[in-house]
Amino acid sequence: MLVFVLRRLAQSVVVMLAVSLISFMIFRYVGDPVASMVGQDTRIEDMERLRQSLGLNDPFYVQFWTFVTNALQGNFGISYRLQLPVTQLIFERLPATLELAFVSVVLALVIGVGLGIFTALKRRSFWAGLIMSLSLVGVSLPTFLIGTGLMNLFAVELQWLPSFGRGETVEVTPWWRTGFLTQSGLRSLILPAITLSLFQMTLIMRLVRSEMLEVLRQDYIRFARARGLPERVINFRHALKNTLVPVITITGLQLGSIIAFSVVTESVFQWPGVGSLFINSVATVDVPVMAAYLMFIALVFVVINLAVDILYYLVDPRLRISARAGA
Amino acid sequence: MSKTFLRITAALLASTMLVTGASAETIRWARSSDALTLDPHSQNQGVTHNFAHHIYETLVDRGIDGALVPRLATEWNIKEDDPNVWVFKLREGVVFHDGNPFTAEDVVFSLDRARSEKSNMRQLHVGIAEVVAVDDHTVEVHMTGPSPLYPNNLTNTFIMDKDWSEANNVVEVQDFAAGEENYAVRNTNGTGPYTLVERDPDVRSRLVAFDGHWAEKPQIDEIIYLPITENATRIAALLSGEVDFVQDVPVQDIERLQSSDGINVTTGPENRSIYFAYRMDDAPLKSSNVTDANPFANPLVREAIHLAVDRDAIQRVVMRGQSVPTGIVVPPFVNGWTEELDAYPAPDVARARELMTEAGYPDGFTVTLDTPNNRYVNDEAISLAMVNFLGQIGIQATLASRPVAQHSPLITANETDFYLLGWGVPTFDSEYNFNDLIHTKEGSYGAYNGGLYSNPEVDAMIETLGTEVDLDKRNATIAAIWDIVQAERMLLPIHNQVLAYASRGNLEIPVHPENTVLMHSVTLSE
Repeated sequence: MLVFVLRRLAQSVVVMLAVSLISFMIFRYVGDPVASMVGQDTRIEDMERLRQSLGLNDPFYVQFWTFVTNALQGNFGISYRLQLPVTQLIFERLPATLELAFVSVVLALVIGVGLGIFTALKRRSFWAGLIMSLSLVGVSLPTFLIGTGLMNLFAVELQWLPSFGRGETVEVTPWWRTGFLTQSGLRSLILPAITLSLFQMTLIMRLVRSEMLEVLRQDYIRFARARGLPERVINFRHALKNTLVPVITITGLQLGSIIAFSVVTESVFQWPGVGSLFINSVATVDVPVMAAYLMFIALVFVVINLAVDILYYLVDPRLRISARAGA
Repeated sequence: MSKTFLRITAALLASTMLVTGASAETIRWARSSDALTLDPHSQNQGVTHNFAHHIYETLVDRGIDGALVPRLATEWNIKEDDPNVWVFKLREGVVFHDGNPFTAEDVVFSLDRARSEKSNMRQLHVGIAEVVAVDDHTVEVHMTGPSPLYPNNLTNTFIMDKDWSEANNVVEVQDFAAGEENYAVRNTNGTGPYTLVERDPDVRSRLVAFDGHWAEKPQIDEIIYLPITENATRIAALLSGEVDFVQDVPVQDIERLQSSDGINVTTGPENRSIYFAYRMDDAPLKSSNVTDANPFANPLVREAIHLAVDRDAIQRVVMRGQSVPTGIVVPPFVNGWTEELDAYPAPDVARARELMTEAGYPDGFTVTLDTPNNRYVNDEAISLAMVNFLGQIGIQATLASRPVAQHSPLITANETDFYLLGWGVPTFDSEYNFNDLIHTKEGSYGAYNGGLYSNPEVDAMIETLGTEVDLDKRNATIAAIWDIVQAERMLLPIHNQVLAYASRGNLEIPVHPENTVLMHSVTLSE
């Protein structure tokens, strides 16, 4: 067990190092950060002075080494654009992203599972057909189009919901300002959460539907039916339980993507999370923020995957045997 | 105490009882980006300055017509017996937000801070030898030589409180290169008409009117400042009534907003010209099929391109009417501009073709055109139109489009043959353009002379401008330099940008040439 975990941990460290190396290399070619930091009337010699003091003239491996050693201490430097410590910026923006991601996952799960069961059980009904075709639209339309569409309808035309921002927030702890406790905060959540969850929702729905259809064909369901158990008990106690196992796995893995891909939704709705922080940083070549954000996203994926692997190991005895045999 | 009570009561009454007009006292103001920092001398950038103008004040200010107007200084003049010294008389009875009185010591402190090593405002004050407080309300700025236009450099240099800065350890400008944040990045103490109440960078800032301000109480009591990056979202927020004023209106949305009920759109010229420039030294171009000479170095070719461009078509089609076509790379309110210089020819492709043949390029040549794609209004589309115009006279241009962060290093490092650039003139004087765009690239001159144009005669004329006190003589030199630049077709001017503001209801905000909106000067119509 210990060996397995240690080995996976070592692999994770390698992944993190690779991500930091790649992100660092990419950022060397996204442009000149100094050009976007200063006004156009800054003299060349002043720009050179700034470049020198930022360490941009150092050889690549020196810059990378400085970056990695600082990053290990949780220090990602100062944002070129906002001139605040990057770690602090990310932690200030993280609650907004996590709240949005949480609501989106819940929406995707509840609606996705519900509709999945419905379309599986009432396979031939008109409504199931309609939902299935609409779900195709949901997967194929790009997020920003869905976002601006919803915004134009519900914010501009109907004026029911806010078009941007997070509304009023309440400080729960010094590190966490939440929008869950105010009316405007909750109203502001609706449009971005729907936009962000739509893709996952259709994914979960289709997954539940096909799993459910698969399970309903199994022998034990037929036996249950033969025993004369009520439909409700068969569908929800026996069939659904077995359907949900892969769904939970997928949802867990998708949580990382939701956090990572909230970039588009956040920028459309000016949601003050880490995603919009990242987008604004890209436009101004704010290298420290971009690098820290990529590292953060990589960390999220690595942690989730590690947790999933360890859980599998605990749950599935076959893995343990093969690990021992393979060693 | 009783005064506060009265104010609260009044505010409550206003918010509960008076329905008409009450909403206009708070303005929700959306822009595409936020101020970079609140440390007034750390960044030399328009959005940052605009925000700071509400909290801090400058000695002199730039009016809506481009002229200098008094702010913390009531008058300024060159000392009678010494042309190297500027004397500023300071306004009396001014206090900082924390109650400290404003004196000459604060001005000395702030100018010294602004010209210190770490300050990004430094280049505007390089001519200063020493700043001296003569008495509490007089300051002398000793320059290293005659500097007739120095007050023009002061319109964005803000005055901080010396005592407050010392107490909070912000005597030095923030050195973010060294990885530090200072107290002044998030906290302020200015003499300005508003005090900062809330600051969440990139999200929201709140300012309220300062009771102790020396001027008349502004009509707008409270400002909620909201950076919204996405164009579509910013406009949607205005249409849905969630913001009252949008400062950065995208060109494509102007018509739609004009036809919406209850929304005013104001447009006006911006202090920024868009132009093309070419490599003009003798070495062959890097990106051309002509390898034995530089076609752009031939004046006939430059004249042909000048005639091939249809500036009115660019204005009509690319800019949807929102630009002012021009024949010179400065907008009208800049010293040195004249109507004659501004004139540009109607396109004449036949004549342009003749010129190309005369120049020895009857079949044209190939070249790469470098353009930014996220800096100026429709920058990439303008360059695309340019490619088409050039095609008509045989010049096959390949468009290389990049974000500005990658585009501008090409120009400063002389790595481009042909490029688009936009240029503003913060000093409102042609000298600024000459220094950076026309003068031979050497030392602190010619930073953006990416075409490497070099004319020793012109250089000498430019260098006299900085110290010439006789303004008539100086203006004659400026005119002479423009004549040479225009005759040589050194730059290819296209248009001056236009700014558009949109607001709701009874707000009407005129466009400022430097895009500086000052909420305390906004008047509300009934």
